[in-house]
Amino acid sequence: MEWIFEPWPWYVSGPLIALIMFLLIFIGKGFGMSSNLRTMCTLCGADSRSDFFDFDWKTQRWNLIVVIGAIIGGFIGANFLSNDLSVAINPETINTLQELGFKSAGEAYLPTELFTWEAVGGIKALIILLVGGILIGFGARYAGGCTSGHAISGLSNLQLPSLIAVVGFFIGGLVMVHLLFPIIF
Amino acid sequence: MRSIGYLLIGIFFGIVMFKSEAASWFRIYEMFQFQSFHMYGIIGSALFIGVIGIQIIKRKNIKSFFGQQITFIPKEKSFSRYMYGGIIFGLGWALAGACPGPIFTLIGAGFMPILIVFAGSLLGTFLYGLLRKKLPH
Repeated sequence: MEWIFEPWPWYVSGPLIALIMFLLIFIGKGFGMSSNLRTMCTLCGADSRSDFFDFDWKTQRWNLIVVIGAIIGGFIGANFLSNDLSVAINPETINTLQELGFKSAGEAYLPTELFTWEAVGGIKALIILLVGGILIGFGARYAGGCTSGHAISGLSNLQLPSLIAVVGFFIGGLVMVHLLFPIIF
Repeated sequence: MRSIGYLLIGIFFGIVMFKSEAASWFRIYEMFQFQSFHMYGIIGSALFIGVIGIQIIKRKNIKSFFGQQITFIPKEKSFSRYMYGGIIFGLGWALAGACPGPIFTLIGAGFMPILIVFAGSLLGTFLYGLLRKKLPH
């Protein structure tokens, strides 16, 4: 059982994600996380500003419960199921990141240069995280889904629109990492 | 009763996201550098099982846990919304290093600055709601 405290390999994690999707399908729901952001906007009163948010949020209550579970799961994973939080990425990747100024590469779960209050106080990290979030929320709703809704659920159901969206995800990601990161960092 | 089911599935999902390191900014960066098979293996193996499983459900007409018909709603046909929306999402995914599921996982894991990403994602969703009718879909 010692393996459980180590990072889980892809051939364990991938099938478990498929299992999660099938559990939701067999309950009569679907696997999609970003639609919760729309529901939360509605709960905050956004329905008075745009009819996009004017829907019965109670039909999405089940998914909000999944979100609460995902938060609890993160707590359990980090506090009870991990000995060492550092992520052993490719040494080449570590070199590239250190040249960009990410000294924590290879030694942490998330870069301390972005995800500590100290870093956020430096404003630059704050703007990066905020802009990143805005792009995620805007893009996911514009595309009608995120990694779970398109890359996992949609592609599993052989949906061409999901393939277009996933190609878009990769164009965006590659442009960010290869063209914009050298300018930003 | 069903609420407990959703909660348990969510907990399981959160643990898998954290332990697979799919919630790690570093893994997303590494993926976009094509320097590891890890993320491709996760998505690929999930898809391999997902595609086969959904075909079996459709062909054998397997019913849900509650004996109901399982329906898969086809995505609306279009190009622009998926491509433009996808690119915008991808830019954010690589910059913040998290997609919506892992954002929640990381809140639970205690990396509190992720709350800024979360707030941004709500703001982005709200902006989409305001601008939706002016965007090509």
